[in-house]
Amino acid sequence: MNIINLDHISANPLLPEVQEAMIKAIQGNYGNPSSQHKMGEQASEAIEQARESLARLINCRAPKEIVFGSCGTESVNHAIKGIALAHSDKGKHIVSSNIEHNAVIRSLRRLKMMGFQVTSIPVDNHGRVNPDHVAKAIREDTILVTIMHSNNEVGTVQPIEEISKITRERNVLFHTDGVDSVGVVPIDVQELGVDALSFASNPFYGPTGVGGLYVRAGVKLWPLLEGGAQENNKRAGTENLIGIIGMGVAAELAKRDMDSRISHLKNLRTKLIQELPDHIDEYLINGDPEHCLPNLVSLSIKYIEGESVVLMLDDDNIEVSTRSACASGSLRASHVLLSTGLGFAEAQGTLVITFGVDNTEKDIAQFLAALKKTVKTLRAYSPLYNK
Amino acid sequence: MYSKTVMDHFKSPRNVGVMENPDGIGEIGNPLCGDMMTIYLRIADETIKDIKFQTFGCGAAIAVSSMLTELAKGKSIEEAKKITNKDVAKALEGLPKNKLHCSNLGADALHQAIQDYEARKEGKPKGEVEGDEPDKHSHDEKCYCPYCDSQISEEETVCKNCALNVDDPQESQQAGG
Repeated sequence: MNIINLDHISANPLLPEVQEAMIKAIQGNYGNPSSQHKMGEQASEAIEQARESLARLINCRAPKEIVFGSCGTESVNHAIKGIALAHSDKGKHIVSSNIEHNAVIRSLRRLKMMGFQVTSIPVDNHGRVNPDHVAKAIREDTILVTIMHSNNEVGTVQPIEEISKITRERNVLFHTDGVDSVGVVPIDVQELGVDALSFASNPFYGPTGVGGLYVRAGVKLWPLLEGGAQENNKRAGTENLIGIIGMGVAAELAKRDMDSRISHLKNLRTKLIQELPDHIDEYLINGDPEHCLPNLVSLSIKYIEGESVVLMLDDDNIEVSTRSACASGSLRASHVLLSTGLGFAEAQGTLVITFGVDNTEKDIAQFLAALKKTVKTLRAYSPLYNK
Repeated sequence: MYSKTVMDHFKSPRNVGVMENPDGIGEIGNPLCGDMMTIYLRIADETIKDIKFQTFGCGAAIAVSSMLTELAKGKSIEEAKKITNKDVAKALEGLPKNKLHCSNLGADALHQAIQDYEARKEGKPKGEVEGDEPDKHSHDEKCYCPYCDSQISEEETVCKNCALNVDDPQESQQAGG
């Protein structure tokens, strides 16, 4: 069965080089990096090598600025809660945006339960934060600004450099959720001017279950997990050695192939957007046409609902994703799409199509043909169509 | 996530489409609440001779509509009035807990179409059925948190188990990590 994966944001395949490195490690390198004998030494060296690869990928000043963890969500939690708790003597106010991932939203909610205050900044119709709004939201007692680098639903890339100029001037720490950007688009933490940046391995074809956090040297943060002295006392617990080795190799490949990958992804994205009008009508492309990820298209199709589109396309072995979700009693539309000004019905007819290095132009053609058929069928069922 | 029967009715829905000059119409839901369903009835000798549906909604909502029309077709008005949401969900071999509200939509739309038919019979102009429109948010089924599946009460806005704010538009389910 030939499955066309256009849902790379949910899961990416592991590149052959990554698989190979991990299999080799499983077979021969099982030491505990904290042990002082040869096997431990070997494991520790492998982890430090991966740390150097990650540091090169995002241009850290030193590898020790990288803290490995179990996933993007852990890194986001660690950055936000760790920084907030370590600086609560200075103030308890945090600035964020309306379109953050739930890892950010729920970390902030937990901090609110502990007495912190949060100001959430709206976005424009393209899903972009205005840096002036950040400047206005910062107060005397603001200790942290957390705004995502790119959005996982609409693909909008935020003006991080402009925001960091403000945070540095106002002496406030700045974390950005870079989970869908690191390894996908060029990220240079020094150019971005951020104090912390979280990332995950799978978006750049490394294994799931591994992620990490960049924390600028000198920035205080409390650990989420306490115990041993691993990760420079920032994250206790025996490291996921095999996963970290895989992520390190994936980071090397991402840096090496970044330009060619981006040009391939942009080509697929352009083809899809250009050929859509020949297949369906009455739709919207969400996000920012200029500041966007190269691998994502957010498409709102009128008069039909997203989940039914996903199920029908799955029948044609094409994988896409939706952001609509049913709650008991009411179907909840995406907070990101509603924040960009989309109506409830449009938000529910939204598909997120994400490309990967393995996709071809033929995949796009097959997707468009299947989408045309699906939209026609579902619109024939819909009481909203032709009314 | 869905049973085979649900997928079958979703992929090959029975009795889907518009009906010209129906004897009764029931419309339930709105795009804001997520699902919208229209039921059309053709009635002769107090029996449902034909039934059609149109639905805007998720896979479960379409399957529910299709199964409902199958259950109602050929039934007398009095029999059709007794069809409950539970009957529809049972005939579909169950629905995921957080999709049970979709089954409420089905029986409600049918009952409204029957009311519309009875009102027309009494000479009231169509579309003026009063009173009994069911509240889309209150039903006899229990409510479940859409994320962790633990039971929550109608009044509850924050799920005690997973701390999700059920009524907060700032938060919704996300995929992709």
